[in-house]
Amino acid sequence: MSSPDGTAPPDRPDGTAAEEPKIEDLVHEDAGTTPQFGGLASEHADHEAAQPAAEVMTESGVEAAGTTATTETDGKLDLGPVGHLGDRLFGGLARGSGGLVVLIVAFVGIFLLALAIPALVDDKSNFLFSRIWEPGGDQPRFGIAALFYTTVISSIIAMLIAVPIAIGVALFVTYYAPKRLAAPVAHAVDLLAAVPSIIYGLWGILFFAPILRPVINGLSTALGWIPLFEKPPGDNVGVVFTASVVLAIMILPVVTAISREIFAQTPTTHREGALALGATRWEMIRLSVLPYGRSGVVSASMLGLGRALGETVAVLIILSVPNGNDPWNSSIFAGGETFASKIANNAAEFDSPEKTGAYIAAGLVLFVVTFLVNSAARIIVDRSTPGTKRPRRNRRTRAAEGASA
Amino acid sequence: MAKRIEVSGLNVYYGDFKAVEDVSMTVEPRSVTAFIGPSGCGKSTFLRTLNRMHEVIPGARVEGKVMLDQQDLYASGIDPVAVRRVVGMVFQRPNPFPTMSIFDNVASGLKLNGVKDKKKLTEVVEKSLHGANLWNEVKDRLDKPGAGLSGGQQQRLCIARAIAVEPEVILMDEPCSALDPISTLAIEDLIEKLKDRFTVVIVTHNMQQAARVSDQTAFFNLAATGKPGRLIEMAPTKQIFSNPAEKATEDYITGRFG
Amino acid sequence: MTAIAENTPAYDGKVLDLTGKSGARAFKNTLATVLIVLAFAVAMIPLLWILWTVVSKGYHLLLSADWWSQSQRGITVRRAGGGAYHAIMGTLIMALITALVAVPIAILGAVYLVEYGKGTRAAKVVSFMIDILTGVPSIVAALFVYAVWITVFGFNRVGFAVSLSLVLLMLPVVLRSTEEMLKLVPDELREASYALGVPKWKTILKVVVPTAFGGIITGVMLGLARVMGETAPLLILVGYSKNINLNPFNGFMGALPTMINQDRTELALPNAADRVWAAALTLILLVLALNLLARLIARFSTIKSK
Repeated sequence: MSSPDGTAPPDRPDGTAAEEPKIEDLVHEDAGTTPQFGGLASEHADHEAAQPAAEVMTESGVEAAGTTATTETDGKLDLGPVGHLGDRLFGGLARGSGGLVVLIVAFVGIFLLALAIPALVDDKSNFLFSRIWEPGGDQPRFGIAALFYTTVISSIIAMLIAVPIAIGVALFVTYYAPKRLAAPVAHAVDLLAAVPSIIYGLWGILFFAPILRPVINGLSTALGWIPLFEKPPGDNVGVVFTASVVLAIMILPVVTAISREIFAQTPTTHREGALALGATRWEMIRLSVLPYGRSGVVSASMLGLGRALGETVAVLIILSVPNGNDPWNSSIFAGGETFASKIANNAAEFDSPEKTGAYIAAGLVLFVVTFLVNSAARIIVDRSTPGTKRPRRNRRTRAAEGASA
Repeated sequence: MAKRIEVSGLNVYYGDFKAVEDVSMTVEPRSVTAFIGPSGCGKSTFLRTLNRMHEVIPGARVEGKVMLDQQDLYASGIDPVAVRRVVGMVFQRPNPFPTMSIFDNVASGLKLNGVKDKKKLTEVVEKSLHGANLWNEVKDRLDKPGAGLSGGQQQRLCIARAIAVEPEVILMDEPCSALDPISTLAIEDLIEKLKDRFTVVIVTHNMQQAARVSDQTAFFNLAATGKPGRLIEMAPTKQIFSNPAEKATEDYITGRFG
Repeated sequence: MTAIAENTPAYDGKVLDLTGKSGARAFKNTLATVLIVLAFAVAMIPLLWILWTVVSKGYHLLLSADWWSQSQRGITVRRAGGGAYHAIMGTLIMALITALVAVPIAILGAVYLVEYGKGTRAAKVVSFMIDILTGVPSIVAALFVYAVWITVFGFNRVGFAVSLSLVLLMLPVVLRSTEEMLKLVPDELREASYALGVPKWKTILKVVVPTAFGGIITGVMLGLARVMGETAPLLILVGYSKNINLNPFNGFMGALPTMINQDRTELALPNAADRVWAAALTLILLVLALNLLARLIARFSTIKSK
């Protein structure tokens, strides 16, 4: 019944000593480190040596067992608990740290709320919709409408400027730049992320703002009929628009780095599929790279937006604080204050709990907005198909970079 | 050295899923026992229950008994960590510790369990490397990273690491599936030699390999995907390959399925 | 066989046109290339400009030994002289304390997430909290510490308070990067260690963490680089001191960002401007050194094959 395959003896029946040396030879060739001469003889010596060695090892094994838990008594092995104290201690420390993180965050939240609520209760104006900021005194009146507006509009403009450029740079690095140029360019863009924000602020107001003046004038002349672009009198460069452009430069590295990684991960099969159809380089990118990376780019943009929302010092340096008597101006060519710059600007005012509470309430709103934006980024990543694969691949690439010389 | 394993009525579950059903067998000491069968039949899962390595996977649990001579490995008061010190394991892909030298890799089992005596470690490392047929190839570069060896050498390094702690039993989970034919032959020779001192259990996809190296062969199979794997037949290797008792075994080894 | 041959047109030897694409497609391709190269150029301009500004205006003060060994004690805005020793030390001390507090919690927390809590509800809660912490703007972290340290406990504004708020910023960065590195350690290594009868905690300490060590240190360095440049907490939580103060628990403390901030309104005065740019350059160099160190460690740490 059985076919030749089954009945035929295996090609090398077990225990055929005659074939032994031949295989030893093969082993040697494979290893390639043992000198060829006398290879056979030494290997046989090895075999002979192995038996007595086993005996010696038994002894040393038992000796060693004295220090480990594998003591043999009456042929029964000691298989009782081992090293559980260490596991309990170390595991406890690790769990404790996890718990500590939860505690810290809960503590931050509760604390900020506890200080903000009394101030909010005393607030004589509408906290969400009022533009007035006069905390402290008998009749504290403060609202976040103006801060919210400036914060959001400056960050959104920053994102609108940064994202297209970031996509361009990412595509340049991944698919356009010559190999020799790609890595230095990538590093150079990363370098932008290493520059502390206070330096961006200084450079922005001193050197960059003056060259933005003609841009501001041009835009306001052309689009001045829209309130958003209406230029107030005076020659102020410390305006929302300037802050936005500097913020754009600051978030550029973040958005570029993430987009770059995703673009680079577009499966070769997708790209070659497009090229094999006769697509040009741009068509290949439009057909395979951009669809693959879309969700990643969106989430990168959200992360950039989150950064811009919370940025403090650069905005603080650039934005000129409007005079208290001036009417509020919605134009991006006017000065203003964001949540972060307002808080930092008035650190000296934290003299009474009521005033501090007002600023903390503002800080909480900023925190909530940032958190929502960051969560949106995360949700987008988790939902999309290529995106879900992305983080793990990212890690792998990074580790590969880390591990390889 | 070398103990008998007796398994009776063993079921393995991953959460609610029953992966292996009702396995009973005896593995003889100082012999090589091969587990064969199609992918997903639970042979690797079953192998891992012999040193409680399956417990690394959350939700995995067993019912039944695994006796190592007179001791039930699943009795209360038995620590899986202690079990693994006496039942060693070699994995599918060679996995030397990348941060350690060849020497430290072999010594790792003793070192991590608290042996500090340098002289003893040197002794054990040399003997284990001899035992794994690797000494001649690496004796001049013991301080070099283990990851720098070829795949076959790495696997023999892993075997040296496993025998350095002097286990009673060595389990091998498809030890040659990631290796080229020549390295495979080297490992097979080594298995031949290991059975003089240890009880060896090997899972393999390669039927010729099972036929070449093992004394006993156990055939695992599953009725359908999603059903638990079962032990179909266990017999001396020669008998399994020449005159199997079960039709399913014969179909499998003649290549009619799987 | 012959049937197929009959249906096949005879070999005609015609030359195909392989010279290019149709006009519109070629134009689009060229346009895209131009735009992308342009984007790259636009991105490079501010980088080079900022670096040029800071280096050209700041480098000469850095060449003097005084810059690295003297403080600004008794030096008024208009006068030249003095150095940044007080600010460099302040920045380093605060960063060091931050790291000492944040790194152990971060690494152990990551060990919890990857090794102990994997897949449990508790781990998901911890992970979510870290997400929240990641989004905390530095000014909010500073406000929180202000609320606890000064409003509630009534302590003074000191360097340690700054460190506390920086911990909030550094912790999630280091924890996440450590977590990712630990996840990269193949399970096979853990299994190999377990199979040798090594307990879990020793497996983590002696096998898993050493394997991921380079990556973990890189994460720590990058986290440090990030908090060193933070200015907002310094503005709120510690006053700027021109004198050398190495005690983080008592008195105001100099730091490079606040040293820049101190004189930034007096940039019309050449000596003040020199100091500002020199301090900026020093800060960039510090941060850059940490970044480079991180890369170097990442490169040479893990023993790799071949």
